[in-house]
Amino acid sequence: MSKVKTGMGRRSFIRNVSLASGGLIIGFSWLGCKRAAEEGTEEMALEMPDEWFELTGYLKIGDNGIVTIYSPNPEIGQNVKTSMPMLVAEELDVDWNNVIVEQAPLNTDVFTRQLAGGSQSIRQGWEPLRMAGATARQMLLTAAANQWEVPISELSADKGIINHTGSDRSIGYGEIAKAAAKIEVPEEVVLKENSKFKIIGTSRKNVDAKEIVTGQPLYGLDVQLDGMLIAMIVQPPAFGMELKSMDADEVKGMPGIKDVFTIDTYPEDMEKEWSDTTSFPKLVVVVGDSTWQVMQAKKALKIEWDLNTELTKQIEILEKSAGLSGSGGLENTDVHYSLMAEVGPKKSEMVRRDGNPESAFKNAARVIERSYSCPFLAHNCMEPMNFFANVTNGKAELLGPIQTPEFAEKSVSKRLGMDLEDIDIQMTRMGGGFGRRLYGHFLVEAAVISQKMGAPIKLVYTREDDMTNGVYRPAYQVTYRAALDGNNNLTAFHVNAGGISESPLFANRFPAGAIDNYLAESWAIESNISIGAFRAPRSNFIAGAEQSFLDELAEEMGKDPIQFRLDMLKRAENDPVGEENDYDPARYAGVLKMVRDKAGWDNNSSTLNRGVAAYYCHNSYVAQVLDISLKNNDPVIDKVTCAVDCGIVVNPDAAINMVEGGTIDGIGHALYSEITFKDGATQQNNFDSYRLIRHEEAPKKIEAHFVDNGIDPTGLGEPPFPPVQGALANALYKATGERFYKQPFITQLRNAGGDLKT
Amino acid sequence: MAEFNVTINGEKRRLEVDPNTPLLWVLRDHLNLPGTKYGCGVAQCGACTVHLNGNAVRSCQLPISAVADNEITTIEGLSENGDHPVQKAWLEHDVPQCGYCQAGQIMSAAALLKNNPSPSDEDIENGMNGNICRCGTYTRIKAAIKSASDSKLV
Repeated sequence: MSKVKTGMGRRSFIRNVSLASGGLIIGFSWLGCKRAAEEGTEEMALEMPDEWFELTGYLKIGDNGIVTIYSPNPEIGQNVKTSMPMLVAEELDVDWNNVIVEQAPLNTDVFTRQLAGGSQSIRQGWEPLRMAGATARQMLLTAAANQWEVPISELSADKGIINHTGSDRSIGYGEIAKAAAKIEVPEEVVLKENSKFKIIGTSRKNVDAKEIVTGQPLYGLDVQLDGMLIAMIVQPPAFGMELKSMDADEVKGMPGIKDVFTIDTYPEDMEKEWSDTTSFPKLVVVVGDSTWQVMQAKKALKIEWDLNTELTKQIEILEKSAGLSGSGGLENTDVHYSLMAEVGPKKSEMVRRDGNPESAFKNAARVIERSYSCPFLAHNCMEPMNFFANVTNGKAELLGPIQTPEFAEKSVSKRLGMDLEDIDIQMTRMGGGFGRRLYGHFLVEAAVISQKMGAPIKLVYTREDDMTNGVYRPAYQVTYRAALDGNNNLTAFHVNAGGISESPLFANRFPAGAIDNYLAESWAIESNISIGAFRAPRSNFIAGAEQSFLDELAEEMGKDPIQFRLDMLKRAENDPVGEENDYDPARYAGVLKMVRDKAGWDNNSSTLNRGVAAYYCHNSYVAQVLDISLKNNDPVIDKVTCAVDCGIVVNPDAAINMVEGGTIDGIGHALYSEITFKDGATQQNNFDSYRLIRHEEAPKKIEAHFVDNGIDPTGLGEPPFPPVQGALANALYKATGERFYKQPFITQLRNAGGDLKT
Repeated sequence: MAEFNVTINGEKRRLEVDPNTPLLWVLRDHLNLPGTKYGCGVAQCGACTVHLNGNAVRSCQLPISAVADNEITTIEGLSENGDHPVQKAWLEHDVPQCGYCQAGQIMSAAALLKNNPSPSDEDIENGMNGNICRCGTYTRIKAAIKSASDSKLV
């Protein structure tokens, strides 16, 4: 039981009331509201109420007891639209079957951190959302106490009914809601003890599931409003190029085409947000009546492109200084790998140093050194980038898929010179996010286009536009060195990591803290290819590399890979080196022990081709054991066993779904996916050239086990993704006898040919 | 531009579009049936899967001029009340994450089960291999298809 300050005033929900009751010029009625329980079930007895009463800005209660809870954060498939309202409902003491969930619009007066990123929604919403539910409950109870003239301490609430212990009186939330709405918001409220949870910790189905399986409009691309035009972009064919000239006369006369023009999304003098990333601020835009017509017009446009020498010159100098011949500053993948191998490490900067690693390496009996690398990746959300914008009459209405609405609103404000009050952003359900929709240039583009057209438009990227637009997961490289003494003891550890154009290093994560002599270095190589956060940024490569190296190291030292890690974690727990270590060794060891047990590691590891890995990121710990076999040289993933410590699991079945998905996604990208470049152009532009994991390649079985420790919940969208790549590489070694150092692994597996053990 | 009469979800619809317009965009832009999704436009992801006379086809590759008298069923018309056994199985297993590809997955699964009511794991993998799920719900999709197959209602 804990008391928390509500920090809520009357003002905080007044704005939300106006929004929720149609403050927008266009009522996006098709967004609808979602019943938490599946329609048609017996529990769903209540009809829609005649009147609603707002409490706290997070929810409203109907006169018949139906409760609408606003889900504040963007839904990208991580299921927060179900699990965040569960937190509110828990403290409200309401029957989940009588809950309706609505996606909240961007409303910084009421909500904090309306953002999907860093696996933080549940962690950071844990207190505010329960507080909102508890506050509303307190207001309802106060109203009932006033009406009955009894002390509030004599009242209790369960499933939306308030009971008085001294008498037989009871009253439903719906009946008292009108009076409760007039109660002053309490300054502090008491939250439940974990043992009293009735909703948290129970599996609740996705509130949008029925709409999803029946094809109802939910996504930004589904937005269809009267008078709306379709807009598409044409971007330069390569990074480092820009528009030279365009002949649009013919295209303007094509059927359904309204206009063709150029825009500058981010003029040089505009003050940008961190999220305003794009390689192509200057775009050609085609606007017309229908998607297909605009697609045809795009193809018919005659455009000449030119080198943007301001961009290419720097790359040319960099390549020449390294003795590499590029293409006049247009980037190539083979040059990238040469730069990472030879130029990057020379630019290293020390990030952390413990003990005397130089001396330890000098005195080592043996030094083991291995390098790992990975390619650029495109996010490939199944729903390509898009956004609806209606910028007319001094107002901007924006609707669509965006992970960072608050930052996007600021960007639009600065770009269009409009006050924040005149900009409304609503979030649709998103066909994937994975970090791509943190970067809202497409939203700003839509706003600029709508303003220019003086009409509502929906901006639509084709798959090709989406995949070749940049904002990629960077290409990374890391070199690990380990020093062993004459007795095979690990005496020093060196990590040197970098990438194009950022480093994946986390200097204070394991095994930092477990080794006396430790050195971590970082570097980055500049590029014109834009990069961005991709599911578990930086961890999505370095976890797999580190866990592969530890596996190889354990083997060299003649140790069991799990026991080797546990021994190091024991050291980090009992006698940590340094003070900056940002992980909990006991929780780390906990998932390793759990996965050892659940996978039957000690019994089965000699007969199966299995690899293990464990990693900490986004405040959570995941260990995985992956079993692989080979069929006609194709990898068959028989089983992945996952042990997860993300604290309290709010919605268990949905959490399992997230672990399964993250595991498959991690395997798929390590095995199959890559973006490569020739003369600055992305060589993959659709799913015929870019490989995503498919049905037959997915693991045959995935088990997810959770540590039950009652700790406040932490991230889950990202943590299962990174370590499985290490488990995969380690299992592939068992199956093939070869170590895998370069992603995507399928290339080496194909080259390994006939030597494979099946 | 040309006039077309097509039968979508048992309903006769008349429209005037460029004959080359893929069925996908006719459904989405002209007939207000956005359940069929755009994912790639080159028949590689399966998000746009519909039924043509009961068989799964990629609507992004089917020009409206080729539809003729064939019966088209979209996700919106798969069942009256969203209670096709495959849809019910999807709800039972709470399959979707982002959900964007699921209409296509469901249409592929429904066609698969119609032709092969008791598919093996391998049949499911082969039958569903053209449908990409970036979120990685493949194991749940397989379990849901098995449930729908066991329900003997297909």
